[in-house]
Amino acid sequence: MKKIVVLAKQVPDTANVTGDAMKPDGTVNRAALPAIFNPEDLNALEMGLTIGEKLGFEVHVVTMGPPKAVEILKHALYMGADRVWLISDRRFAAADTLATSYVLAKAVEKLGDVQMVLAGRQAIDGDTAQVGPQVAEKIDFNQVTYVTELKEINSGHVVVERDGETRSETIRTGFPVLLTVTAEANTPRFANAARMLQFFRAGLESDFQEENLGDAKANNWIVPTWTLDDMGLDPARCGLNGSPTKVHKIKSITLKGTDLQLFNRDKTGIQEMVRNIVKDYVEVER
Amino acid sequence: MSNYYDSSRKLHFSQLSLEPVVRDLEHGFEQKNSHSLGSMEEALRWYNMLLDNAGEIAGEFIAPRAEAVDEQGCRLEDGVVSWAPETQENMDMLAQAGYMGAMLERRFGGLAMPVSVNNIIVEMISQADASLMNLYGLQDIAVTLQKFGSEEQKQRVLPLFAKGEVSGAMALTEPDAGSDLQAVSLKAIEKDGKWYLDGVKRFITNGSGDVLLVLARSEPDTTSGRGLSMFLCEKSPEIVVRRIENKLGIHGSPTCELQFNMAAAELVGKRKFGLIKYVMSLMNGARLAVSAQAMGIAQAAYEEAVAYANEREQFGKRIVEIPAVYQMLKQMQGEIETGRALLYQTGLAVDMMEIYERKAEAGEKVKTELRATTALADFLTPLSKFTLSELANRAAYDSLQIHGGVGYMKDFKVERLLRDARITNIYEGTTQLQVVAAIGFIVKGLFEKEMEAVRTMKLTDLKTEQKKVVSLLDKMLAAVSAVHEMTSPDFRDYAATYLVEMASILYRLKLYLPIADQNPDRQEILKFFLMESDVRINYLENRILHLKEQYGDNIDRLKDDFLK
Repeated sequence: MKKIVVLAKQVPDTANVTGDAMKPDGTVNRAALPAIFNPEDLNALEMGLTIGEKLGFEVHVVTMGPPKAVEILKHALYMGADRVWLISDRRFAAADTLATSYVLAKAVEKLGDVQMVLAGRQAIDGDTAQVGPQVAEKIDFNQVTYVTELKEINSGHVVVERDGETRSETIRTGFPVLLTVTAEANTPRFANAARMLQFFRAGLESDFQEENLGDAKANNWIVPTWTLDDMGLDPARCGLNGSPTKVHKIKSITLKGTDLQLFNRDKTGIQEMVRNIVKDYVEVER
Repeated sequence: MSNYYDSSRKLHFSQLSLEPVVRDLEHGFEQKNSHSLGSMEEALRWYNMLLDNAGEIAGEFIAPRAEAVDEQGCRLEDGVVSWAPETQENMDMLAQAGYMGAMLERRFGGLAMPVSVNNIIVEMISQADASLMNLYGLQDIAVTLQKFGSEEQKQRVLPLFAKGEVSGAMALTEPDAGSDLQAVSLKAIEKDGKWYLDGVKRFITNGSGDVLLVLARSEPDTTSGRGLSMFLCEKSPEIVVRRIENKLGIHGSPTCELQFNMAAAELVGKRKFGLIKYVMSLMNGARLAVSAQAMGIAQAAYEEAVAYANEREQFGKRIVEIPAVYQMLKQMQGEIETGRALLYQTGLAVDMMEIYERKAEAGEKVKTELRATTALADFLTPLSKFTLSELANRAAYDSLQIHGGVGYMKDFKVERLLRDARITNIYEGTTQLQVVAAIGFIVKGLFEKEMEAVRTMKLTDLKTEQKKVVSLLDKMLAAVSAVHEMTSPDFRDYAATYLVEMASILYRLKLYLPIADQNPDRQEILKFFLMESDVRINYLENRILHLKEQYGDNIDRLKDDFLK
């Protein structure tokens, strides 16, 4: 059966920040924030479910993360996803967007017969918006980012509107295609009551006690996990090893109104502005 | 993020002894698979998820649409009734989330949720948009059909309800049959083995719905309730919506006048049992739903009042710091907390009754249990509606008062709450009729028995308060005896309002004592409510004693000034 794959991420809930949300070193205190389904990934899933119903495609949700990320996969099942997959291995830890997209691209390939990949525009913890496009490059799919509306879809092509920052663009493209979806695109559905009954007992195989494994298998309650070895990946391209991005330094910056500087609206002015930004805000490792 | 499944609702839900109910609904926890619950622990996990999800839908989806629903209301054009677009969105979302068959059996696509759980969902939906309850709550029609319909009727209609593909209506009221349903005159005519309905129904919530349960006179030449039967009637050109009412509140729900022109119908259950059995059951379901609706409105009014009192500054301080303001808030708080305990316990009482109804239906010998649980459910249901619908009105009134002038304007939500609250103590039986329905349990001595537990319950912190409640109970029982001594039916009816109010206060105290005893953060609420109750019970008792002394069995002369 043809598939739609939705890429999802479990993120700290940065919208409900409490007092100890940040550590003194300027990094996010993940323990202090509840872990949630990345909001725009819910929009991607909503779009996937709508398209799946329309074209008769199976909707698969994939996430790379620690075992507790199974929670968002269960939520995806409650919303209506057909299958979910957790990609989890200690050797995936500390991955940047390059290493992440490598693993996710391989997962899409392993699933096979994928017509469409959907992802949220960006995750609220990193805000890079890079993983979707990098996956598309690696699996050689057409791609449209920043999708704000699904205008038309059939088995031959898809028409979407994207946010082109200064203008909106309407794009028509064929399959296979990867779209990254913004919050504007739709209103994600809520969990379905009967599906919650069906799957609230779902979990990883290791979550079940020996005597309950039979029931769990018979009822499809086991969320499959793929490790680095299961997927036959190159350890050098995964996790920290596969991540060229190195954080040099983290600073806590308080923006002040007094920082305002005016530059002339000509070539010289803009050059001066760029120089100032580089001097003040770009750390170059020498 | 706004989720209406808050800490108070969680606490009150956790108090319910649901085990026998769930055991029965889940057939003894025999099966453990994707469509059934294997244990009480699993049931509570799932119920809490259902409630949490519904709380999110109410807070995030329904509440932001309520203002638009109120403003636009419903429309009737060319005989077709349409809801506000936002109401349609709400109903679609609830259907997609799978809540439209909450209390239907799973074989019909329902969730087999206890009444106790659905009750809280109704409350949360009503807090977001009271008018939506009138449509969501019409699931009671499906439940009534599930109880009394034929297997064929159930197979045909119930799955459509569960999917949210149809909506229903209960068509009882007529221009000359309001509170007195025995006067229903819409004709049911039998011709060649088929039934047809002819006549007019009025004030029918969602009368434009697809599936109607209609109370009609199937026995010509009768005038009593025993000549009435219940009919299932599906939307057809022979049912005409003559008008929809232009009303004070709950604008999101269409109130229709229906003309039946020999519309084809099917008998539900047995002939002549329409009013005495089926409608009473349907009506009790609806009364519970209205109680939950009122509770939701009261909660909304209270939250608006607290928020505004914290925001608004006068005389150089926030008005919440002014005694005249926090006085109103404090009263609301205690009424709401104890009112919620009553509401949830009523849901449980209905669940317990339904266990024995099902057992009796299956031929088990449970007559005694059925009688006892039915008596309690039939008492608590009107007691809840009496208590909570009046509370909703007071809370909305005081909340608007706290808002001052701006509260009178459409810009603030409280004005809608006040309008929406006003119907809750009228429809499905006025407050005055709830008194009539509840008083029997009190004068027959069943209330006294039901309150026994308050004398014997083992409390840790609140022993003094327990003693106080017992002394108030004795005061009430003395007042009951005083009324008993009178021979005039008018005196009994006159005093009934006061006795039922005392019963409401005492029953809530009985429920809240153990909750506060286990939860130290609730003790102040209990103590304040008890102090107010003390004053009120003494006042009501005095009122009865004074009436007795001054008018006694001649109380009916109080009407003389008004007879024209």
